[in-house]
Amino acid sequence: MSHHHHAHEINEVDKSALLLRLREILPPEALLSEAEDLRPYECDGLSAYRRLPMLVTLPETIEQVQAILRICHELQVPVVARGAGTGLSGGALPHEQGLLLSLAKFNHILEINPQRRTARVQPGVRNLAISQAADPHGLYYAPDPSSQIACTIGGNVAENSGGVHCLKYGLTVHNIQKLKLVSIDGELLEIGGDGLDSPGYDLLALMTGSEGMLGVIVEVTVKLLPKPERAQVMLAAFDDVVKAGAAVGNIIAAGIIPAGLEMMDRLAIQAAEDFVHAGYPRDAEAILLCELDGTSEEVSEQLYKVKQILGDSGAVEVRTARDDAERLIFWKGRKAAFPAVGRLAPDYYCMDGTIPRKRLPEVLEKTAELSKQYDLPVANVFHAGDGNLHPLILYDANKPGELERTEAFGGKILELCVEVGGTITGEHGVGMEKIDQMCVQFNSLELTQFHAVKEAFDPQGLLNPGKAVPTLHRCAEFGAMHVHHNQLPFPELERF
Amino acid sequence: MTDQDISLQLQERVKQARENRTALCIRGGGSKDFYGREPVGERFEVLSHRGIVNYEPTELVLTARAGTPLIEIEQTLSAAGQMLPFEPPHFGETATLGGTVACNLSGPRRPYAGAARDFVLGTRVLNGRGEILGFGGEVMKNVAGYDVSRLMCGALGTLGVLLEVSLKVLPRPQCELTLVYQTELREALDVLHDWAQKPYPISASCYDGNLLTVRLSGEERAVQAARKLMGGEVHEDGEGFWHRLREQEHGFFRSSRPLWRFSVASDAPAPELPGKWLYEWGGAQRWLISEAPAAAIREAASAAGGQATLYRNGPREQVFQPLPAGLMRIHQRLKQAFDPDGLFNPGRLYEAL
Repeated sequence: MSHHHHAHEINEVDKSALLLRLREILPPEALLSEAEDLRPYECDGLSAYRRLPMLVTLPETIEQVQAILRICHELQVPVVARGAGTGLSGGALPHEQGLLLSLAKFNHILEINPQRRTARVQPGVRNLAISQAADPHGLYYAPDPSSQIACTIGGNVAENSGGVHCLKYGLTVHNIQKLKLVSIDGELLEIGGDGLDSPGYDLLALMTGSEGMLGVIVEVTVKLLPKPERAQVMLAAFDDVVKAGAAVGNIIAAGIIPAGLEMMDRLAIQAAEDFVHAGYPRDAEAILLCELDGTSEEVSEQLYKVKQILGDSGAVEVRTARDDAERLIFWKGRKAAFPAVGRLAPDYYCMDGTIPRKRLPEVLEKTAELSKQYDLPVANVFHAGDGNLHPLILYDANKPGELERTEAFGGKILELCVEVGGTITGEHGVGMEKIDQMCVQFNSLELTQFHAVKEAFDPQGLLNPGKAVPTLHRCAEFGAMHVHHNQLPFPELERF
Repeated sequence: MTDQDISLQLQERVKQARENRTALCIRGGGSKDFYGREPVGERFEVLSHRGIVNYEPTELVLTARAGTPLIEIEQTLSAAGQMLPFEPPHFGETATLGGTVACNLSGPRRPYAGAARDFVLGTRVLNGRGEILGFGGEVMKNVAGYDVSRLMCGALGTLGVLLEVSLKVLPRPQCELTLVYQTELREALDVLHDWAQKPYPISASCYDGNLLTVRLSGEERAVQAARKLMGGEVHEDGEGFWHRLREQEHGFFRSSRPLWRFSVASDAPAPELPGKWLYEWGGAQRWLISEAPAAAIREAASAAGGQATLYRNGPREQVFQPLPAGLMRIHQRLKQAFDPDGLFNPGRLYEAL
């Protein structure tokens, strides 16, 4: 029993003492403490989890962020950072004994440098706003999570957000160059640089996707890319999901990396078609959307090849968007898939596993079996290029026990993803939501190593406590309910 | 040599070293012995831990043991029409995957495709407590847990022994063409920046003080169309040129004087330093052969928004750009988190690690 990690005990926080100290450094409008003012912050995009913070602060300067963190460090107050609150894993769920640090006022684009193809922005700037600001220079910011109209770049860094163009253009971690962050003891640190790499350990990578556990990001320098000369999209319909999956492999085997490659199953197709009338074939078992971009010649060549491959792979229908307007209509159905599925039931729960693509048929088959077993319908939307699967479970939170059944079903899907060599989260993060499934994906030694990384930045465990990495104790309790392959996980732990 | 998994033997050796408090010098093929601060400690050979464990061309993923020769990986990929997109230098026939990732070495394609670290999807690592740990995996998108795999890239083995690495790989371009222009430095950098803002299929660039050399990659028609817009003379042996540049066999590198690598803002003005320069990566990587004092060189790199590394032929006390105190503290705590007894490659990266 060499390493035995417990959650750091959070002591009771003296709210009035904290308020007193914060009033010394913040203007009144930057400090919220009344229940009705705190309410808008009680949850993020995963609204099934709600909790009021003790206080909310809305600083405007880096110095204020430093001062807030120094006070919280001194008084041992938990801190949860928040951007736009669009995250889907409860990463910005407040701590009831803690301070919610909103970065909403950090919403300025500080510099667009077309020469270096970079944008230096504050963390509260919206993802899409960066591309809009870069547009006059013929440049854009590539990662495009579906929430890009609202989500902020600070949150994108914290979650290592993806989007539909990841296979070709990468995730947030591939598209940022420099960060300013404030450590829990209030020190301002700069990592990365104006060159393409920096000396020492790759802290830029470590910070990206760290879910607010290691520091508070106060400035981000992102890389910009030249806008492709041309983008074109094809829609292919299949009478069998296995054929659609094979078609994806065949495109890649031909040496083509599409800008986007999306798959939808029958239920998702029908929901999207009924909702936005994108012209999807309602009787198809699966459709593939394949977007190609690049120079005009590059796209022409590849369109020809992909059309051939789709036909050879057994597509019953292949359509190429005639113009940009039709391209956007093809995409509209995919982009509206979540709300469209949402119309089929009072509530839906979006999962986010990634699997090796070749395992898709068996994962879909097992998901369908689980769907019967739990008596809850599921629609599947799939970033097919990179293996990121979003099963959407339909349920009704007002029916007693249905949310619990949905969560149990969702948990099974994630465990299935791990079983076939994938992961419990492709792009939404662990947050609060998938904390138990972390015990399935990682063993106790690996989790202990994660805790040691956390301690290197935040020894008292004040930043976003209880998220992202479970304590071994929590895993032991979770494992007691889920015994895998008849082996008790965490055998080295005492049972209570 | 045959493929074999010796991770349990390596683990045993680390446990012993821990008991005896013996520093270990992790070594694959020895092709990067010149790199970093002076290697110290007992030799810890990982070369025989080798073999490609999994390769799925249609999944764009390759997993191999750290001692696998880079050459074997590249041949395997090539046979399936694929490649390592970061085009790593080998610096010798014995180069291994582990050494390449530990040094985070990338070649001419780096600014257009990404660095070694950008293509690392997962690792199996032996830490300083003798524990074998797995991070990341074989899928493109994975945000479960901290990105420990990328943290290993460029750590020069100071955080743990790489056992296995999973990489994203990409198709080889259908066509490549190298163009040459005679030009002045200012004009070369201006034209590179101008092209970088356009959707041209550029995949490498170099300016040697006289000639600007640029590589195009993609579908044949696209490469030819760009060529018409970009002018220039076609290089007779483009492939050879980029190979020699990558391996530092290009004439520029023939010198026994200190070789410095600048990683700076691509548009930074040329610092006033004695010596000769060679530019790569659209201006973001610059090589300097110079006897100038290290302090002046580091200051110039810092003023250019980046850093300088004393790559070869110099005193090895201080190879990498010194870190600000706050960052060094985090580095030391991370070292402590992975290798509490300081067993692995002590001092190879920085004296205090």
